Amino acid sequence: MNSAHISCAQLRGILCTIGCWAGLVVLGSMGLWSQTKSSCLDCHQNLPEPLGVTAEKFAEDIHSQKGLTCASCHGGDPTSDDPEKAMSPAAKWKGKIERRQVPELCASCHANAELMKTYNPSIRVDQFQQYKTSVHGKKWAAGDPKVAVCTDCHSVHDLRSPSDPRSTVHPTNVAATCARCHADADYMKSYGIPTDQFSGYNRSVHHDAMVVRGDLSAPTCSTCHGNHGAAPPGVESVVNVCATCHVFQAQLFEKSPHKAAFSKAGFPGCVTCHSNHEIKHPSDEMIGTGSNAVCVECHMQGDAGYRTAADMKAKLTELDSALTRSNSILAIAERDGMEVGEAKLQARQARDALVKSRVTIHAFNSAELDRDVTPGLKLAKETYAAGQRALGERRFRRVGLGVSLIAIAIVLLGLRLYLREIESE
Amino acid sequence: MSLRARLKQWVDERFGWEALTAPLRKKTVPSHRYSYWYFLGGITLFLFLIQVVTGALLLLYYRPGANDAFESVQFIMTQVQFGWLVRSIHSWSANLIVFTAFAHMFSVLFLKAYRKPRELTWVSGMVLLFLILGFGFTGYLLPWNTVSYFATKVGTAIPGQIPLIGRPTLIFLRGGEDVTGATVNRMFGFHVAILPGIATLLIMLHLGLIQWFGISAPPKIEKEWKQSPASRREMHFFPNFALRELMAWYAALGVLGALAALFPWNLGVKADPFASAPAGIKPEWYFLFMFQSLKLIPAKIFGVDGELLGVLGFGALAGIAVLLPFLDRKEPFNTSRWITGAGVLVLSYMVAMTIYGHFAR
Amino acid sequence: MDSQSTAPPLARRRFVELILGTGLIASALSFLYPILKYLIPPKLPDYANEAVLAARVSEIKPNQGKIFRFGSKPGLLIESAAGEYSAMSAVCTHLGCTVQYRSDLNQVWCPCHNGMYDIHGRNISGPPPRPLEALDVQVRGDEIFVRRKTEG
Repeated sequence: MNSAHISCAQLRGILCTIGCWAGLVVLGSMGLWSQTKSSCLDCHQNLPEPLGVTAEKFAEDIHSQKGLTCASCHGGDPTSDDPEKAMSPAAKWKGKIERRQVPELCASCHANAELMKTYNPSIRVDQFQQYKTSVHGKKWAAGDPKVAVCTDCHSVHDLRSPSDPRSTVHPTNVAATCARCHADADYMKSYGIPTDQFSGYNRSVHHDAMVVRGDLSAPTCSTCHGNHGAAPPGVESVVNVCATCHVFQAQLFEKSPHKAAFSKAGFPGCVTCHSNHEIKHPSDEMIGTGSNAVCVECHMQGDAGYRTAADMKAKLTELDSALTRSNSILAIAERDGMEVGEAKLQARQARDALVKSRVTIHAFNSAELDRDVTPGLKLAKETYAAGQRALGERRFRRVGLGVSLIAIAIVLLGLRLYLREIESE
Repeated sequence: MSLRARLKQWVDERFGWEALTAPLRKKTVPSHRYSYWYFLGGITLFLFLIQVVTGALLLLYYRPGANDAFESVQFIMTQVQFGWLVRSIHSWSANLIVFTAFAHMFSVLFLKAYRKPRELTWVSGMVLLFLILGFGFTGYLLPWNTVSYFATKVGTAIPGQIPLIGRPTLIFLRGGEDVTGATVNRMFGFHVAILPGIATLLIMLHLGLIQWFGISAPPKIEKEWKQSPASRREMHFFPNFALRELMAWYAALGVLGALAALFPWNLGVKADPFASAPAGIKPEWYFLFMFQSLKLIPAKIFGVDGELLGVLGFGALAGIAVLLPFLDRKEPFNTSRWITGAGVLVLSYMVAMTIYGHFAR
Repeated sequence: MDSQSTAPPLARRRFVELILGTGLIASALSFLYPILKYLIPPKLPDYANEAVLAARVSEIKPNQGKIFRFGSKPGLLIESAAGEYSAMSAVCTHLGCTVQYRSDLNQVWCPCHNGMYDIHGRNISGPPPRPLEALDVQVRGDEIFVRRKTEG
């Protein structure tokens, strides 16, 4: 063999090897070795909004995690690097999905029970059904371009499961999501409904329960209004909504004179007194005939309701102050070391009576309220007497101390005199 | 013969009572403007006796152990007749005895009663002072409430930092790695048996030495008396000083009774080892100056852990304090003034740190 | 002052001794009285950590509950339909009302706001945020004792 020469065959061999390896490298770097080839992201992750979707963002999306790609919703050919081919009608490319088209596009999978079963057997498939009954859905059907569609609440491209705290529809985020439209006065101008619900809710006791106490079962917008079938509850059905949690109050209300009266006047049940969004923590101030009371918004001096309101307030106040009195006397006695265990137990039961009374007022009937208040007052009285007995014991101790101090003083005086006696010699 | 005289004769015939008590009847106490300070030692002894009596009474109802301790103290405070009185006197007297012990120590320091030949009296007294602090520390945990639980946790952790002996000391004190029911049992044993045993022996030694050497007069007074011997005043111990001492003891009893009746000691909340320490937890006032000092020391001094240096520093100070009489000498230079100065400094520091620690957050 | 110095010294001495003696005896009595009373054991020799007699086996039937005093708070003893005993604090973890056992529901119920717990005290519906504190049950013969859960 000649030293410096390479034969044609050898050259071909070398070039093929190099070419194959190079091709492998190139193909490999093009992601052919990865699971799903997505040429869409290759371009679109570098584009600015609104065309841009980064790979990181899309990786958060639950659809991407389940194996869907851009083409699943937008159509097109994700395997092709040629934009002309990838985004062609031949490849069934849909392009940007118009807002109008969103509900039906989502429903094409999410309303298909057979299909959804393969991903999550327990997921609901009636969202679109419900949507069509909602205010949003009805307006959508009528052609309103501004009304909420699926992506407005659930987000798009980084759509998370509702149980993920970062999801826009996680219970702690629902109110803020609704507020994106419903708190925007300009956006909602054409609809003529108030836009203060979000700010009101943020001051409410339900918001406190969710955000401050961390109770995820506390109500948010969707709890009372529904989510997919979102609509304000009808006037007659408000009480049913509240009743899902506030059972006793609802039952008492149903039997009370207010039920018929409110129905006739077209007033909603609970909301009339407690408001709907800005539901503040109730206080005894709400009852009665004082300036902060809700009763006097309808009732006037002289009518039966006014008298009942005043009476109920008086009873609650009486029980409350009796409790405060007996608790403070017990606290003083206990602090000074007296045994008040039995009395504290009674005071507890008296307090139970007060807690129950604040529920019973929803019957708006003095006699009913009496059934809880009277035993409470009796217990408070007995507790107070026990406290007085304990203070009597305290007095005994102080008298005893006084006696012994007098004896000691006499001894000191005696010693003093005695010393003077023996030292004067 | 009167009954009293006949009893005296009966005892004398058998025990030589007259001969035994002759030196006591001759015992005198120097009488000068600083003589009132002499009462402090006796009051400390009196308070110790009160602790023994009230402690023994408490022992009739107290039960050690995590499951019983708190409930038994609650029982004493609420069910036992005058239990509140016995327990409150015990707790108040504990605080007062620490105060009088320190006051007694400082008065001996400033009146220079530790000088030759009374060095061992001083040493035994210093050890007794540490024992009293030990009584306070061990007794504090016994009610097993939140404050005492965490105070013990912190208090036993501090010596635990000393290199080599720290960890064994911590395990020895706690009866284990953590503060548990075993710790209560151990502290109980220390508090009612071991410490009282040692203390009794030391008190007998301390009193015996005082008897042997007599009461010292401060150098200033001695100088005055040397200059004019006629101005020298000595008071008979029996009955004059003794009756005055009795007055002081009665007054102390009155104070204790008033404190116990007007400010009964509180029960607190039962300790929960799994709860987090309450904010701003502090030891009892007599440990506050050390606690506050340790808080103020920077984290690292020349690469050594600051808190460790603080602990070792206090240990060194205690050691020097015990050996004080041996540091009071005339050669190579008169250290007497220096010792007084150091005493003033230390006392002011302790008072200032205690006040600071009380108000600091 | 004068009346004292003119009186015979012996009488004055006696007077002083009388005062001193009276004082000493009076003060001694005022110290001894509480100590002697203290030494007499009180009528209830058990306390909160000793077991409290909640009920007798004969007086409680299956699927029944009984409220008893536990320290200064109410406790609830339940005998399940299967005959097992469970005990818990009867203080509702919502707002502190006293709960009760509902035989018709086989559950523990709080009448204030409709909170529900199972027979082991676990909160299952309504407002209560935490389970009821569980207590130890010990049956000795005919007597059912309840005590705090002890340190493990």
